[in-house]
Amino acid sequence: MHKKSFTIALAGNPNSGKTTIFNNITGTRQKVGNWPGVTVEKKEGAVSKYGYDLKIIDLPGTYSLTPFSIEEIVARDFVLDESPDVVIDIIDASNLERSLYLATQLRELDCKVLFALNMADVAFSRGTKIDAEKMSELLNVPVVFTTGNKNKGIDSLLKTAIELAESKSKISQKRKVKYSKDIEDSISKLQSFIEERLEQNFPYNIRWTAIKLLENDKIVRERIRQKTGNKSLEILREVETHRKHLLDRFDDDPEIVMTDERYGFIAGIIKEVVTTSKKRRIDTSRNVDLLLTNRFVGLPIFILFIWIMFQTTFAVGSYPMEWLDNGVNWLSTILETSLPDSLFKDLLLNGIIAGVGSVIIFLPNILILFLFIAIFEDTGYMSRAAFLMDKIMHLIGLHGKSFIPMLMGFGCNVPAIMATRILESNKDRILTILITPFMSCSAKLPIYILLAGTFFSARAGTVIFSIYIIGIILSIITGRLFRSTLFKGADAPFVMELPPYRVPMIKSLIIHMWDRSKMFLKKMGGIILVGSVIVWMLTAFPRNINYSMDYNEEINKIDASFTEKQKKAAITKLIRAKQAEKAEKSFMGRIGKTIAPVFAPIGIDWRGSVALLTGFVAKEIVVSTFGILYATEETDEPDALKNALLSSEMTSLSALSLMVFVLLYLPCVATIATIRRETGSLKWTLFSVGYSTSIAWAAAFCVYQGGKILGFT
Amino acid sequence: MLLSELKEGQTGIIVRVGGNGALRRRVLEMGLTKGSEIYVEKYAPMKDPLELIIKGYHISLRVEEAANITVDKL
Repeated sequence: MHKKSFTIALAGNPNSGKTTIFNNITGTRQKVGNWPGVTVEKKEGAVSKYGYDLKIIDLPGTYSLTPFSIEEIVARDFVLDESPDVVIDIIDASNLERSLYLATQLRELDCKVLFALNMADVAFSRGTKIDAEKMSELLNVPVVFTTGNKNKGIDSLLKTAIELAESKSKISQKRKVKYSKDIEDSISKLQSFIEERLEQNFPYNIRWTAIKLLENDKIVRERIRQKTGNKSLEILREVETHRKHLLDRFDDDPEIVMTDERYGFIAGIIKEVVTTSKKRRIDTSRNVDLLLTNRFVGLPIFILFIWIMFQTTFAVGSYPMEWLDNGVNWLSTILETSLPDSLFKDLLLNGIIAGVGSVIIFLPNILILFLFIAIFEDTGYMSRAAFLMDKIMHLIGLHGKSFIPMLMGFGCNVPAIMATRILESNKDRILTILITPFMSCSAKLPIYILLAGTFFSARAGTVIFSIYIIGIILSIITGRLFRSTLFKGADAPFVMELPPYRVPMIKSLIIHMWDRSKMFLKKMGGIILVGSVIVWMLTAFPRNINYSMDYNEEINKIDASFTEKQKKAAITKLIRAKQAEKAEKSFMGRIGKTIAPVFAPIGIDWRGSVALLTGFVAKEIVVSTFGILYATEETDEPDALKNALLSSEMTSLSALSLMVFVLLYLPCVATIATIRRETGSLKWTLFSVGYSTSIAWAAAFCVYQGGKILGFT
Repeated sequence: MLLSELKEGQTGIIVRVGGNGALRRRVLEMGLTKGSEIYVEKYAPMKDPLELIIKGYHISLRVEEAANITVDKL
């Protein structure tokens, strides 16, 4: 026999414990957070219980169903268009009054609603007792107690949900919010006005539609236009008349008056169902905040936490990183010796393993970083971090939380850009993603060390520090510029809940951390693989190069009178010269030479441009490309590359210009893949690449030409 | 007086929430309605934003946002 199936949607405020309940019901691996807006995507899980197939949908956490944010639109549209059999509203019992606001809106939506009074134990310990029976009676909605983090009440919640879904009784129209007389008059007049003009079946509850039209809800207006065709003009004109009448009557917008009245209705319910005992227990969370957001020590403590996170991610993470790196090297050595020389071997070793290997070594960093972020989020500290940093970040037109990804950018841009997920507003996220690459990542440091060390020896430290500062200044300018042009308009209101601190659940931390890292592995793999293979092809082809001399012949001709040592040195020299010529004549070299005129005004020769091109795979490669092109290797003669650079045409000024260019130009393939993934838009990815490279060129141009005018060399 | 003029530890009763459409609506929906009691828990280290207690929970607003809210000091 076919089992009956029901769709159950979970709605609720952020921090109401909704995600924990979702995890408990479905066992789905999904993250649990403690800051507003944690579930941006719609998550589903399937479970078979009591002879039914239940599809559980975790709606985004919202405070209301007014379609201001994407989360609210997603949640409301799901309830309206997919008509789930039951909507469970998870209500944070310790925050009853505000939670009921969403509840009243759900009641108006005309769907089968069930309330889960979650964390009533917390409320009780704070001296609040809730009479669930009375609440159920007053609102005409089943009410079930749950304790999500202890997995209590989940079974009876599901049982009640199934009963409600099975019940044939029509949804009661009683016990919804009753507005003041003038508003109710307008609602019912508008309601019959719409009903008279409906030809086809109208999919939404008419009373709800009338309310939303009076509230000037843009999405509902649009739907009226679609569904009532030529009658819509008439209806919308009628709406305007009523809105004007109410505006005159209340001297305020109807939507404001109605919000007020909903809270008035809620206050009435609270009075009936809640008893607050006078004795108040000590509020631990508030005491913790006396320290953590303290005017004097709050910021230092925040810096300390961030420092620990940064250190652990990059310093502790460097050990497993090294193991992975050794593993990759071990694998390529094995393949090197066991496979016969062929084009395929070259592709496998120098293309795939080198490329993917250079990215997979970031996995430990990413795991550690996301563990920290998960802890910050699940404890509730993330919103405090935003609280502390908002003033500074707001100066650049960003949200307080943007600080964390930007800081991570100094380590590695890949986890940094993934960390922008902590931002709720899409505007803030994209702006932060565009700015973060200007935070000079650790892979660029070897390039600065080489160039600054070679050309500025004693002042190398100052020069490198200035490079970092240039990046920060440009990120501030970019932020301000974009905020006033591309991302114009009022900032998203900062209105942010500071939820009580909670002890994070280990299971949820691990789910949280692993989910994000898995994404890194899975989604990055493809793009990075393709990117590495393309770069390999450009450096490996064409195969038949016309060398200026026959190197093999030269090697054979080496004077037999040489000592073993001299012979070896001579051979190495010839092999390197061959490699250099091969690099020069490869497609990559040719491209480098072709685009060299573009780099000429900023003082970079064709070798520099080839090195910069290969830096697209990973910035570390720039140094080794210089090594190949100048036919030296740093390993056996420490200063060989330095000397080669010094005797080349490169000057201190062009070295400085090159460093500025490296600081700002297009990010590595892994970062670009991450930008693509996190913005979800090819347009923004290309914009980011184009913008950073143009800025890089412009800045290097200013440095080089400006320096020349000032008489530096 | 304005909510942004209240000092740490002071309580006010909300008289009116002003400001532009979206922000005003959002602030109201979060429970900062006329007649509610609002307590200034603290200001951030750089005096912006501020932390408030309303309807038994903690919320933060930027000073410029709080300046849209008129209160009667208790």
